[in-house]
Amino acid sequence: MLVLEDVHTHYGKIEALHGVSVEVKKGEIVSLIGANGAGKTTLLMTVCGNPQATSGRVILQGRDITRDMTSNIMRSGIAIVPEGRRVFSGLTVEENLHMGGFFNTKSEIRKSQEHVYELFPRLKEREHQRAGTMSGGEQQMLAIGRALMSRPNMIILDEPSLGLAPLVIKQIFEIIGKLREEGITVFLVEQNAHQALNLADRGYVLETGRIRLHDTGKNLLANPDVQNAYLGG
Amino acid sequence: MAAHNLKHALFCAIVTLIISYPILGFNLASEGIDVTLEGAKTSTVLGVLLAALIVFLFQLYRDNIMGSLRQLPAVNPLANRKPMEQSKRLKLESTLLTLMIIGALIWPFIASRGAVDLATLVLIYIMLALGLNVVVGLAGLLDLGYVAFYAVGAYSFALLSQYFGISFWFALPIGALLAALFGLVLGFPVLRLRGDYLAIVTLGFGEIIRILLNNMTSLTGGPNGIGGIPDPTLFGMEFGRRVKEEGNTSFHETFGIAYSGEHKVIFLYLIALVLAVITAIAIRRLMRMPVGRAWEALREDEIAAKSLGLSRTAVKLSAFTIGAFFAGFAGTVFASKQGFISPESFVFLESAIILAIVVLGGMGSQMGVILAAIAVTILPELAREFSEYRMAIFGAAMVLMMVWRPQGLMPMRRIHIELKRQE
Ligand SMILES: Nc1ncnc2c1ncn2[C@@H]1O[C@H](COP(=O)(O)OP(=O)(O)OP(=O)(O)O)[C@@H](O)[C@H]1O
Ligand SMILES: [Mg+2]
Repeated sequence: MLVLEDVHTHYGKIEALHGVSVEVKKGEIVSLIGANGAGKTTLLMTVCGNPQATSGRVILQGRDITRDMTSNIMRSGIAIVPEGRRVFSGLTVEENLHMGGFFNTKSEIRKSQEHVYELFPRLKEREHQRAGTMSGGEQQMLAIGRALMSRPNMIILDEPSLGLAPLVIKQIFEIIGKLREEGITVFLVEQNAHQALNLADRGYVLETGRIRLHDTGKNLLANPDVQNAYLGG
Repeated sequence: MAAHNLKHALFCAIVTLIISYPILGFNLASEGIDVTLEGAKTSTVLGVLLAALIVFLFQLYRDNIMGSLRQLPAVNPLANRKPMEQSKRLKLESTLLTLMIIGALIWPFIASRGAVDLATLVLIYIMLALGLNVVVGLAGLLDLGYVAFYAVGAYSFALLSQYFGISFWFALPIGALLAALFGLVLGFPVLRLRGDYLAIVTLGFGEIIRILLNNMTSLTGGPNGIGGIPDPTLFGMEFGRRVKEEGNTSFHETFGIAYSGEHKVIFLYLIALVLAVITAIAIRRLMRMPVGRAWEALREDEIAAKSLGLSRTAVKLSAFTIGAFFAGFAGTVFASKQGFISPESFVFLESAIILAIVVLGGMGSQMGVILAAIAVTILPELAREFSEYRMAIFGAAMVLMMVWRPQGLMPMRRIHIELKRQE
């Protein structure tokens, strides 16, 4: 579904990714873990074409999208829940969702909206509330809901558990599990390594712009290096 | 009293002197062909000194004064008022709008000719401000050269009528579309810039258009402008004393009434009113449509908007073009009202005034923008006696507004229900 081949990404002259290769197969949940500043967000944004990779290839559903414009990539069956949620705080919950389905027809929007409300009944209660006045957990649900509105085949999540209480994190991970059952491929970036690897079919460990480890989720959880560095010993 | 306060107060007093003494303390007097510099009357000089003293004392005791002011909540009865209920607010707003439209319809039949003429100008500013509101208030693009599109609308009508004899009704859509085309072409390169840079470049474009109009003498008449712009007609009826164009009839003869110059003024006013209402309704519609929400979304969070597949350039360009379209509308009406236009009418100050209306009105809110347009156009007329100090009064009003209502007269509120917090 998504393949990165030897991707290098620069911010100006500084190279943030030094040749990264990652593959996410159809129907999988793949987790990417790594310390702060390892380049996880950069990797996801490179998939979205903002910034573009300076060398290497990004292939989405068999098509080379390395040089495509962000707006085109984001309309080809992939959706992202960006780091820090980034809901439109002045718009209502419903309007935020409608923005997610901007390129869909009205009836498609109605259907996906109902589907999102089924996943997150809390959002329905707050349909007409301004997104900016909602709690962090609710905003995260909205960010996920908004990404689902375009009916993507694949969803990318950048640290969805950031700054949330354990109970809400549990809920969010349950939803991610549900998405897989619906046939959506998930690429998940997390600091919360334990839960992310537990849920994942496969995992990658990113360290300062390079992939250090790559294995199934279970094996990574059992790996002593991973335990030391990311699971608190 | 802290030494810091004393130093600060002294500094403020000196600044007051430096600013006001050269302006008020000297007079230019002409004696024959010579101009001499004279000191002002003693009373003026005393006034300046007194002002400096007041500033000094206020700054010295500022903390005490402001402290005691704060204990007087009655000074601002609106300070702690609860926001009005949504349903009540909507009802009030629609009643107010209905009353305003009824008032506007009756106005030309009860007011003097001058007052109707002024009201037409107000309506033109309403159109301009509503258009700029899309660009600045909704899309968040600071455009300091908006007057350029106004000029394009006005000059398209003037030139089309001069060279091709095209009438107002044909020129109206053509002028608006040409202005929109200019918006599209100018917007394309500049919309990559953001914030301050965009403001400066649009400012430059506004000036370039004006200077072009000034210098293309053979086409536009340069500083002499273009005169003889025809009035609008009503189903082929002209409003002049004599019919100018063949095939037309004259309004007063058709209806068998005596000729009066007022008919034309009233007719123009009504056209402006209809166009202003159309502008308001069209923009209101657009705001509710997905494209309107895209403007707001892009303003609020560019990265999130892009992550949803929105193209930054396309969304910004659509706001810029639509804003320009309505400026072209207003320009055509303006040209017809004046009968004569020159680059003088399209200086930067115009852009600044339209922007001031949008900011005063509360960025994004239509009702606020309409009220602000009325206030900003009419107040200087009422204050004619102080015409020398018009700009000073205008500036002071802006500063006071920003202190007391930084969100504008009527900030935009979207329709929503606040749920009680469940915590
Ligand atoms: N816009 C930018 N301009 C320049 N450098 C950047 C930019 N964004 C990120 N970087 C740099 O790239 C490196 C990787 O950053 P990135 O945001 O991808 O890390 P991350 O793994 O997502 O970290 P975190 O877990 O804190 O979110 C860092 O050294 C960062 O300073
Ligand atoms: Mg990150």
